[in-house]
Amino acid sequence: MVASGIQVAQSVGFYIVAAMMVLFAVQVVASRNVVHAALALVMVMAGAAALYLLLAAEFVAVTQVLVYIGAVMVLFLFGVMLTRAKHGIDTDLNNKGWMFGIPVAMLMLGVTGWAVIDGWKDTTLPEGNGPIPTSAVSDSIFKPYLLPFWALSFVLLIAVIGAIVLARKD
Amino acid sequence: MWVNNFLILGAVLFAIGVYGVIARKNAVLVLMSIELILNSVNINLLAFSQMHNNVDGNTFALYIIAVAAAEVGVGLAMVMLIYRNRKTIALDDLSEMKG
Repeated sequence: MVASGIQVAQSVGFYIVAAMMVLFAVQVVASRNVVHAALALVMVMAGAAALYLLLAAEFVAVTQVLVYIGAVMVLFLFGVMLTRAKHGIDTDLNNKGWMFGIPVAMLMLGVTGWAVIDGWKDTTLPEGNGPIPTSAVSDSIFKPYLLPFWALSFVLLIAVIGAIVLARKD
Repeated sequence: MWVNNFLILGAVLFAIGVYGVIARKNAVLVLMSIELILNSVNINLLAFSQMHNNVDGNTFALYIIAVAAAEVGVGLAMVMLIYRNRKTIALDDLSEMKG
């Protein structure tokens, strides 16, 4: 079934990246090794950045690589190291009631999946819009969404101060 | 490409993240699962942005990335503090509040 508006090359790329992301995401929540889970999370983030490029969002893709793969993952690895996670296999990473997560996740996937499939049946993404220019993103941030941007600056400032206050030794 | 491709991938990642939040005991791994959830939301926002050819979704995605960075910073500082005081970051040991 080849409908109009289905770009074959992009779709093949999407399915490869999506399969990789799902596999690594499962490893994040199922791995018995904390460092392996962190490295699997890096792969999920990288796949997400690739999908953002497919969605023509260049600036968000670059920001994803810089912030998540660059900064957040380093923070996570510091967190793993500083809390002296066991090296290698650690069998004590899950709760006693971990199996209750499976039906909850399945229910959530069922409901959201049904809503999505029912809501956007075979809507296709428009072709040929080209990448979203970064100037348009900055116009959007600094004109209609300036107030949230200010609020966000304060959130970041307070988060940094709070992290220092929490983590320093007196 | 169908919009649903991206939306269903977002739903799958969201469900995996929710499973991780419920199942994991190690606090750092719970924070990682929360990152999965935030990323799935970002994929949805950018798919809608492209579908409507509107730049607002990109703006929201950038704001979510900033909030996620702040959340990880504070979260890991709290994990470090708990580890320093109790020598463990197993979440089921933190039961003083009888929640």
